[in-house]
Amino acid sequence: MKRFFEGSLCGFLNGFFGSGGGVIAVPVLKKEGCSEREAHASSVALIFVLSLVTAVSYGFSGSLDFGEAWRFIPWGTAGAAAGAVFLRKIRAAWLKRLFGAIIVAAAVRTLFS
Amino acid sequence: MTAAIVGFLTGILASMGLGGGFILVVWLTLFEKVSQRAAQGINVLFFIPIALIALIMHLRSGLINKKLVKSLVLGGIIGAVIGTLGANIIASSLLRKLYALFLLAFGLRELFGSADTKDKEAEAEPDTRS
Repeated sequence: MKRFFEGSLCGFLNGFFGSGGGVIAVPVLKKEGCSEREAHASSVALIFVLSLVTAVSYGFSGSLDFGEAWRFIPWGTAGAAAGAVFLRKIRAAWLKRLFGAIIVAAAVRTLFS
Repeated sequence: MTAAIVGFLTGILASMGLGGGFILVVWLTLFEKVSQRAAQGINVLFFIPIALIALIMHLRSGLINKKLVKSLVLGGIIGAVIGTLGANIIASSLLRKLYALFLLAFGLRELFGSADTKDKEAEAEPDTRS
């Protein structure tokens, strides 16, 4: 039952914001006993399923633009392969810091734009 | 050219479970003036093939805890449906502000909150390659 609620929180965020379910999924998976790497990899598996559901649901309400998404997908798949290799090899700590700084800057800009 | 860079970066971070979708959504809303709701839809579509590739590679490395993922997925599906309905009800401009607050909380945690993450990672290091 506890996991049902944890899962539904990940799903809610992923559906509501169209991204970011992993932000909750990674700490939940760690709390349930995954190592850092396992948690990051497993979060991708969980969010993959949730994104399928989200996409179908967005599709029904007409807010999907396949053409726009396609501009990014070929490059994204190359990045995904690189990221999967990195996850096995490097420590994510420095990357998280850098990413955190970018995200905070983006958040502040979005709030005041 | 920018689509290549943004797509590549998002792909790397998304595949590592670091929240790469933020990059694409922020790029689309801030620099291409796409509405928040449309950007979220684009990101979800983008993520599906990217996650599939990452998923296959992670499965091969044995990094996926299948049992745990299965136990979380049912709640997740129901949550996702409720979440998408919520996103469709509220105004796109409000969604954007809420998204910014979510980003801020996440970004600050990534920046300052990872001291214990480091320790756990070091402990986990020896047995993850088996």
